[in-house]
Amino acid sequence: MNSKYICALKAAFPYTIPIFAGFWFLGLTYGIYMNVSGFSFWYPMLMSLTIFAGSMEFVAVNLLLGAFNPLQALIMTLMINARHLFYGISMLDKYKGTGWKKIYLIFGMCDESFSINYTAEIPAGVDKGWFMFFVTLLNHFYWFSGATLGGIFGSFIKFNTNGLEFVMTAMFVVIFMEQWLKDKKHTSAVIGLALSALCLIAFGSEQFMIPSMLGILAVLTLLRKPLERAGEQE
Amino acid sequence: MTVAEQIITIAIIALATMLVRFLPFMLFPAGRSTPKYIQYLGKVLPAAVFGLLVVYCLKDVSIFSGSHGLPELIAIAVVILLHLWRRQMLLSIAGGTVCYMLLVQLVF
Repeated sequence: MNSKYICALKAAFPYTIPIFAGFWFLGLTYGIYMNVSGFSFWYPMLMSLTIFAGSMEFVAVNLLLGAFNPLQALIMTLMINARHLFYGISMLDKYKGTGWKKIYLIFGMCDESFSINYTAEIPAGVDKGWFMFFVTLLNHFYWFSGATLGGIFGSFIKFNTNGLEFVMTAMFVVIFMEQWLKDKKHTSAVIGLALSALCLIAFGSEQFMIPSMLGILAVLTLLRKPLERAGEQE
Repeated sequence: MTVAEQIITIAIIALATMLVRFLPFMLFPAGRSTPKYIQYLGKVLPAAVFGLLVVYCLKDVSIFSGSHGLPELIAIAVVILLHLWRRQMLLSIAGGTVCYMLLVQLVF
């Protein structure tokens, strides 16, 4: 019985190593940021546990420092995290049949958990539900421990790690390539890259996510007939 | 902000994050058949989303000032070449990151 879990954990762990590096770096940064903004370590600790959406938590610091405005908090969160709607739609099938773990898998579906769980080739004989569970749990733990340590040790930590944040970019480039190498046609990948880049130029780094998502959705909807006929993803 | 107001703010952020993650699963439960259009989106969206995430990571790189995005460009090229060469996720990511760190610490 036990070997099933250990087997899944062993298969999942290597995929999460880059995320460990990235989340510890970002989590520590986030914890330190909260610390120097005047919050005790309880804040990054509890927020990293309950929110688990990295970029949103940095924004949350600013929201907490401003005047109380629940509606603004709601709208900001929905806008910044809207991309998770796309993740859910993509994972409807993959999360099927995972039992009670499904609740946690959806709760913990940050960019990184989604990307790994969507693209990873789960070895034969490894339970896919437990594999995805451990990927999500490990990621969550990295983020939580990094944020908490950052909150506790705050400004004591010396930074010699300039540039380490690139680990996340590198990981998404690799995941993009994995998907590219798997697909026969690359229409969707090119649309995603090109439209996002165009929107970034047109709307700027603060505003480009929602127009990019709407654009991607619109173009993919218009191209449904030809793309389905090409059977591109089969 | 009082502590109560802080707790409410954090709770709203946590619940809104959960809402966008759970919504597709609530709208299209496993028991019922998912509309064809949504199934289609589920298949074609990921490739586009990974492209969006790459751009998202690079959103604060400025091409017209500082190092003009050169360290990012070089490091991404290293990631791509390493990955085409060996196709080992950890090697490609570690190689690209080390290259980027050396570039921003020593060169640019």
